[in-house]
Amino acid sequence: MSPEMLFGLLWKSLLQTLHMVAVSGLVGSLIGLPIGVFLATSGKDELFPAPALNKAIGLVVNAARSTPFIILVVAIIPFTRLLTGTSIGTTAAIVPLTIATVPFFARLVEAAIREIDKGLIEAARAMGATPMQIVFKVLLAEARPAILLAFTMTIVSLIGYSAMVGAVGGGGLGDLGIRYGYQRFMPEVMLAVVIVLIVLVQLVQSAGDALARRFDKRNRKS
Amino acid sequence: MKLPTVAAGAVRHERAEAAPMVTFERVTKRYGSDAKSFTALDDVDMTVGRSEITGIIGRSGAGKSTLIRLVNGLEKASSGQVVVDGTEVGRLNDAGLRGLRREVGMIFQHFNLLSSRTAFDNIALPLEIAGLDRAAIKAKVGPLLDLVGLGDKAERYPSELSGGQKQRVGIARALATSPKLLLSDEATSALDPETTQSILALLKQINAEFGLTVLLITHEMEVVKTIASHVAVIDKGRIVEQGPTFDIFTAPKHETTRILLSSALGTNLPEWLRSDLKPEPSAGDRILVRLTFFGATAFQPLTAQLVTEIGGNVNILAGAIEEIAGEPFGTLVVAYPATPEVLERANRFYAATGLSTEVLGYVA
Repeated sequence: MSPEMLFGLLWKSLLQTLHMVAVSGLVGSLIGLPIGVFLATSGKDELFPAPALNKAIGLVVNAARSTPFIILVVAIIPFTRLLTGTSIGTTAAIVPLTIATVPFFARLVEAAIREIDKGLIEAARAMGATPMQIVFKVLLAEARPAILLAFTMTIVSLIGYSAMVGAVGGGGLGDLGIRYGYQRFMPEVMLAVVIVLIVLVQLVQSAGDALARRFDKRNRKS
Repeated sequence: MKLPTVAAGAVRHERAEAAPMVTFERVTKRYGSDAKSFTALDDVDMTVGRSEITGIIGRSGAGKSTLIRLVNGLEKASSGQVVVDGTEVGRLNDAGLRGLRREVGMIFQHFNLLSSRTAFDNIALPLEIAGLDRAAIKAKVGPLLDLVGLGDKAERYPSELSGGQKQRVGIARALATSPKLLLSDEATSALDPETTQSILALLKQINAEFGLTVLLITHEMEVVKTIASHVAVIDKGRIVEQGPTFDIFTAPKHETTRILLSSALGTNLPEWLRSDLKPEPSAGDRILVRLTFFGATAFQPLTAQLVTEIGGNVNILAGAIEEIAGEPFGTLVVAYPATPEVLERANRFYAATGLSTEVLGYVA
């Protein structure tokens, strides 16, 4: 394969990966965030006590998280077709990726919020804050660095998941590596794919770390 | 320095006689189900006077945290009622409770400041919650920072502040909504002795300047001794003793009070002496007596007179002079021969001078 052709393939696949990861990462996180907040605040004697619903949503989240991604991709094909009108291609691949993101991110957000000192919630209650004010002014504000790291981790995981959506013709870097590098015995393509993925993940992680650090005021020295 | 809108101070003083700021009436708090319930508070009756600093002291687990949280409705009483400035807390709905909480400030042992907010923004939080606009918030927070001595630390984050400075931010935050009552939950327990004194001085100053009622809980007698005009001693969910601090300290009636006091006042006997102490005398023993000086006796040279009366055979074993709620208070542990003759002379002397005494025991 000529370098130009390899570069062209890599570029096209990279854009597909970025497209899938960006859309599913954003949409999935936007849906996952309130679910995570709910999971962290709806236990017995918490801000929005609803233990039964908490348990039910927790079960669904666990079920979604324990389903292997490749099985999820095939299992929800009818739903994907209903939503996007097609069951193959990059756009179709975004549906299972988003669905996998929601419970993953929700659990990370829940953990981030549960890390917050209960004393802060008590202090806010003692000031006369409503539960919603506590969520926005205390919980989300204090958990922001941890939530940014959770988002970073979600994006990195999505880059890995997106390699599997070749199964439904989703394209992307992983698919390129499998079809050319593995099935057509072109190790140089595989190597190039792996290098691009490593660089991509490094970039995402560094950007996420930097952003989280910027918002983390806990260990500032005077 | 002026705390915003505490011009109502004059009105408060007028109402001081009218009714206490907080009243606990037969308050009981149980946790858990009937089968294995735990009684945190048992039939508590107590009042907190207006514009006074009232301390509740007890060991950990005595129920003082629960007691203070009943005042702003963070906990609900199982029975009995808690009345704050005429309002029965247990009857308030959620909105009513939030309204009450804006009139009752609270400070905490671990400060509970938001790490993501600067000192300024932490103090602004209760005002944001109350729905004030940015300009109004700015006008209030500035003077509060000055009041607590952190005028130059407005843009610092909690992690850049010392423990004492964090508690000052906590105090400013608690005062932001111009409360009529300040609750202090072990506010100095995480601070070193020097910082504790500076925080207590600040609370005392705020109480004196604005007539703010303060209810504090602590396990340190030192705290109560320094700033509280009234004290209640709590043990196993019951108030065992309450009254003016000076009275409780100088004439403790309950065993718990005595134990708590012995660590705060310099009247602990040395270990070697305590282990030798016998309840009954045998021939040739010396009697150990604790003398307490206060009020009129605090300033008289009674020790010298005692020595003269008894005849020079007096040992001084322990002693201290303290200030309790602003009044001098001295204790002295002395030993002298337990012979009938000496005892009679000593007792005559005590009766004549009005010294209060307590026989601790006898040593060989």
